Amino acid sequence: MSRILPLTLENVTVRRRGKRLIGPVDHTLGADGLTIIIGPNGSGKTTLLRVMHGVERLSEGAVRWAVPDQEAQHHQAYVFQTPIMLRRSVADNLRYPLQLLRRPRRETEAAVALWAERTGLEDRLKLQATRLSGGEKQRLALARALIRDPQVLFLDEPCANLDGASTRAIEILLGAALAAGTRIVMTTHDLGQARRLAKDAVFMLHGRIHETGEAPGFFDAPQSDALRAFLRGDIVT
Amino acid sequence: MNDIYEGLAAAFWLVVTLDADLIEISLRSLQVSLTALVIASAIALPLGTLLAIRRFRYRRLTISLLNALMGLPPVVVGLIVYILLSRSGPFGVLGLLFTPTAMIIAQVIIITPLIASITHQAMRELWAEYHDLLISLNTSGRQRIMTLILDGRRNLLTASLAGFGRAIGEVGAIMIVGGNIDNATRVLTTAIALETGKGDFALALALGFVLIALAIGVNIAIHWLSRTEREGRW
Ligand SMILES: Nc1ncnc2c1ncn2[C@@H]1O[C@H](COP(=O)(O)OP(=O)(O)OP(=O)(O)O)[C@@H](O)[C@H]1O
Ligand SMILES: [Mg+2]
Repeated sequence: MSRILPLTLENVTVRRRGKRLIGPVDHTLGADGLTIIIGPNGSGKTTLLRVMHGVERLSEGAVRWAVPDQEAQHHQAYVFQTPIMLRRSVADNLRYPLQLLRRPRRETEAAVALWAERTGLEDRLKLQATRLSGGEKQRLALARALIRDPQVLFLDEPCANLDGASTRAIEILLGAALAAGTRIVMTTHDLGQARRLAKDAVFMLHGRIHETGEAPGFFDAPQSDALRAFLRGDIVT
Repeated sequence: MNDIYEGLAAAFWLVVTLDADLIEISLRSLQVSLTALVIASAIALPLGTLLAIRRFRYRRLTISLLNALMGLPPVVVGLIVYILLSRSGPFGVLGLLFTPTAMIIAQVIIITPLIASITHQAMRELWAEYHDLLISLNTSGRQRIMTLILDGRRNLLTASLAGFGRAIGEVGAIMIVGGNIDNATRVLTTAIALETGKGDFALALALGFVLIALAIGVNIAIHWLSRTEREGRW
């Protein structure tokens, strides 16, 4: 259960250089569960996620948490579509979010060891993070996001480029976080994964929320033609 | 060619016999340029980093100014410092003209824009890379600067070394404000200019080789001290 939720998006629009990236979007994120955002490339999934996290400047509208923004910011984590690695060792990357909070050294080291083990990076700890493989970087980024024990976790295609085993490993981690009460919002292009994980889902098209619904109805009985076509695997533009 | 061999031989002898004058001049060169380097770095590294991450009103102007200052001819810097420090100038009472301090001031003015500019360039790239993560992790301004300086330390080192190279090889400005006074303000570059003028090419070349050795030596020493070359760290 997340104290900082629900999150409300009211009439949110993001424009850059005269181009409308998303909006107007109205949506409310409930206090628990896992929301999947799907949609074609360029439909605004990343932008929507960034808006929710508060790292994208709004052109119109408002984003409101249940608590003051300052407090809400402390309890969120975000995994970017392309993992951002600090030019440090894997261990130092994991330490970083806790060092920012000035957590005691012992506590930090214990958390680093725990998350390295959970993400299978134990034998990579001393390696320069920028040298990790693509899949390892994604795992490190996830561990670094979860190490602060966030109430809300945003994930932008966390399993892109991963093989079946790595995808499964990450889904298990997400399942554990979910069971521990973490609210998860993620985008994916893997419809199988969407079905496996979603409690509810959002379909983005042309920068707007085209359809929303609870799983499994969202996947089994889509209301709009566009979503039906998208789920069938047709090219939706 | 003969001159070069003679120069090499002379340099060799001056070094192995630990020629007192040579040592004194070399040490003064090092002292002036390293002091200037420390002062300039203390100003330029934070300034360059700040310019890369802070948006403020006159940022563009500051950057243009920095780039313009980087192209400032050292001789002109020397002239201006001379005027400021000369007896009738605003800082004349301090009596700094023709002292190593005056030379340090001139060198600081010459290399600060250079170091700041290189720092700004490198930090801008690093900041673009880290931006989203550091914003997402809710870092304070201070934490951002510290992270960038720490992770970009190799670039900062390069910036500083470029500054040092420019400082220790500079002759125009320190000649004017230092006066190339024997036992007081004579450094390697001004001594080379003097010996060349007198036609003593062997000695001039010897000093030149020592200068090159010093420049390379300081580079290696700093790299070694910071151990950035160690495999695996980068
Ligand atoms: N700063 C910007 N200026 C102009 N256009 C932008 C800017 N940032 C993003 N866009 C455009 O906004 C649109 C939405 O981008 P977004 O990254 O949200 O899509 P997405 O749904 O995440 O796509 P993908 O599935 O490929 O990740 C894209 O067409 C993109 O080119
Ligand atoms: Mg995206």
